[in-house]
Amino acid sequence: MFWNFKKKVYPDYWEAYLHHFEKKEKKTLDTSRFVALDTETTGFDFHVDRMLSIGAVSIVRNEIAVADSFEIYLEQSHFDPKTVHIHGILQYSKRKKSSEEDAIKKFLNYIEDSVLIAHHAVFDIKMINQSLNRMDLPNLKNKVIDTMDLYSSTRIKSNFIDKRAHYSLDDIAEAYSINLTDRHTAPGDALIAALIFLKTTTILKRKKSFKLERFFIKSNRL
Amino acid sequence: MKNTIAERIADFIKNFPPFDQFSKKDLYCIAKEVTITYLEKDENVYVVGEPLHDRFYMIHKGAIALKKEINSKMETVDRFDEGDIFGLRPLFAKENYAINAVTEEESILYGIPLDTFKPLITQNREVVNFLIESFASNTENPFSKELHGSLYDNRLDVLTNDKELFELQPVRYTKKVITATAKTKIKDIAKLMNHHRIGSIVIADDNIPIGIVTDEDLRKKVITGIQSIEDSVSLIMSSPVLCYPKGVSISQAQLAMMKHNVSHLCVTADGTPNSKIIGIISQNDLIVMGGSNPTVLMKAIKRSNSTKELKHIRKKIMVLLAGFVEQDIPLTQTSKIIFELNDATVKRIIERCILQIDKKPPVSFAWMSLGSQGRKEQLLHTDQDNAIVFENVKADDLEEVRDYFLLLAKKVNKRLNAVGFDFCPADIMAKNPKWCLTLDEWKDQFNQWTSNTGGDEILMSSIFFDFDITYGDASLTNQLSEHIFEITKNNHLFLSKLGASALRSASPLGFFRQFLVEQDGEYKDFFDIKKRAIMPIVDAGRLFALSNQIKNINNTAERFEKMAELFPENEEFYLSCSYTSKALLKFRTKHGLLHNDDGRFIELSALTKEEKMKLKRCFKTIARVQESIKLKFNINNYM
Repeated sequence: MFWNFKKKVYPDYWEAYLHHFEKKEKKTLDTSRFVALDTETTGFDFHVDRMLSIGAVSIVRNEIAVADSFEIYLEQSHFDPKTVHIHGILQYSKRKKSSEEDAIKKFLNYIEDSVLIAHHAVFDIKMINQSLNRMDLPNLKNKVIDTMDLYSSTRIKSNFIDKRAHYSLDDIAEAYSINLTDRHTAPGDALIAALIFLKTTTILKRKKSFKLERFFIKSNRL
Repeated sequence: MKNTIAERIADFIKNFPPFDQFSKKDLYCIAKEVTITYLEKDENVYVVGEPLHDRFYMIHKGAIALKKEINSKMETVDRFDEGDIFGLRPLFAKENYAINAVTEEESILYGIPLDTFKPLITQNREVVNFLIESFASNTENPFSKELHGSLYDNRLDVLTNDKELFELQPVRYTKKVITATAKTKIKDIAKLMNHHRIGSIVIADDNIPIGIVTDEDLRKKVITGIQSIEDSVSLIMSSPVLCYPKGVSISQAQLAMMKHNVSHLCVTADGTPNSKIIGIISQNDLIVMGGSNPTVLMKAIKRSNSTKELKHIRKKIMVLLAGFVEQDIPLTQTSKIIFELNDATVKRIIERCILQIDKKPPVSFAWMSLGSQGRKEQLLHTDQDNAIVFENVKADDLEEVRDYFLLLAKKVNKRLNAVGFDFCPADIMAKNPKWCLTLDEWKDQFNQWTSNTGGDEILMSSIFFDFDITYGDASLTNQLSEHIFEITKNNHLFLSKLGASALRSASPLGFFRQFLVEQDGEYKDFFDIKKRAIMPIVDAGRLFALSNQIKNINNTAERFEKMAELFPENEEFYLSCSYTSKALLKFRTKHGLLHNDDGRFIELSALTKEEKMKLKRCFKTIARVQESIKLKFNINNYM
């Protein structure tokens, strides 16, 4: 029997990504970089379905920088015609596409140690983690915030009037009169999530007791 | 890398000057570098003396006011809204900002970096001129407003409080000009006027104005039998047309109309009848711009054809309100007028939404305004609370009918929000399926609230029982009122609980006759006039009205006046309650106008001694009302 006690060797881009976490800065609204993202997928099954595209924008000091946005389309091995009507991405379209590994590489390079923001974030992050795991890489290390949690905590707390635990991106965008033209494209949904993040945090930080950390999703849920 | 967001931003900015002059490639180039900021209402984008930003701004959503200290008073020099650019100073000057830019509502701004922008414009004379003129007109000199109109095609109008300057403002003209050719038959002209609900049509040849025909021409030259309706319009039109360039000031336009005794002016590209038509100015437009007079505003609301127009009218309503408060017009009158204007706005929105759905309501219905609007006590911008009641229908059809009304409600709620009535944070709006019910469903709902009453049910009753019909079939709302009186009559348990809830907020004065202020949160040390003073008196009014079967009066002050009439032995007491409710509302309105918010939280240190005394007198009355409720409704068991 032979045990390999050597530390597992990861590719350079993963080590470079990990390197960003060494500074261990405290994440705050005014100093940290946030990345709002959305993924379009072939479906909702973490084992069968695959990502079709990732879109993201960054937020620094309450400002969305269009120049610092991210958008990538992935080659597809698995394809489900049933979801095409939602995301509009065909299997063999002419749009330039990247391999899964290449996309992940670029994505890691883009996000660094930023706090990730997404609507129903658990889903998107899990999808990305599945993809990482397929390449023998561990889960993402970033802190993650769900815009739905932010939104819910801005609402009036009365179990009688508003008991809903679930708000869709459309619900919130409508409540905030956010334009929905690019709904169901990854970059479009990422931008909507970014705007919701700006708006909800402006409301929430009025309270002295506001703590950003309270909204970080526990890593065992991702 | 493809950048979808940049593409969308390019799609937006290309609609507004100066970006309408840019090539697609350059637009994309700019859009890629844009930053997006979200700002709350009343936040500074920049202030006087602040170092220049490395960008200027375009408003994607919201509105910005430029403010400057003039004679030691902050005056609004200019206002901008969607699609306008501002903050051009860094393009032309090196010194720090000379003016404050403040958000008037919550706004999303696009920041356009100079580093990207500058190299693209050096070759483009037209763009540079546009920018120089905009900069000169809107940041430096408030008196050069007449320039302004020529620069901002997409502006509706300039709102200003400086009455002296009013006449110098550019006229807001109608851009969609309905034209016809000289050969058109007179009867077709009349049809065209009817169709577009307008009083004049420009006769044009390839967009060059050659004449104008007004309803007066029809009256004088056709109905009298001089011409036949089959004749061509060229026989009755006035020609040539008086033409002016855009940017003509109000006083100039007024003078021209008086001098030539006409009611319309045509706006052309170069101001002569030889260039293309770009708009028309009617006497009516001038009157509407002339200001904030309720009759004119009412007319403008009824004629309005877009939500944006209504939003601007609503801003004028606020100017009107500020004037009323300043001139100490009695609150009874003020609130009636403001109520009527708000009511007309909502009615107009509903009308337009029904037209837009392009399908008549399947059964009769009524749009109910709830809460403060229902009580005619909504003066400032507050949340919308509303609901729909529709006729009972067969169970099979119910959901289909409900779907129609939900669709209608969704549209109406959305437009109300755009006009300035914020969404209700508790979702008490007609688009919520819980509050879009048939008459019988409403009755059941009310039965439930009044028979099995807990804290939440009392809360809901106090919101929903003060409803007022805004649109539709009054027989439905009347039946609903009848029902409420039926189920609350002799329902002592419910009335007592309602009474107990009217006593929820303890007397607003503390033990040492000090104001009770908020203990923590955003409004620490502020006095919450809504919770501590207005709500108790409103609750008391409702309670008295229900227990004495006073029908069809929702207004708190009027409810107490009615009580004074019913119980002459306590006349003085009830009249003082009525007075108190009016005084408090006025207080709130005044402070809301002062701080540009809903006036709910009052900064005590900002009150004069006299105001404090006045407030304390109101509180005495509240304490007396609460005392009498305690006795009458035997409350102690429920406290």
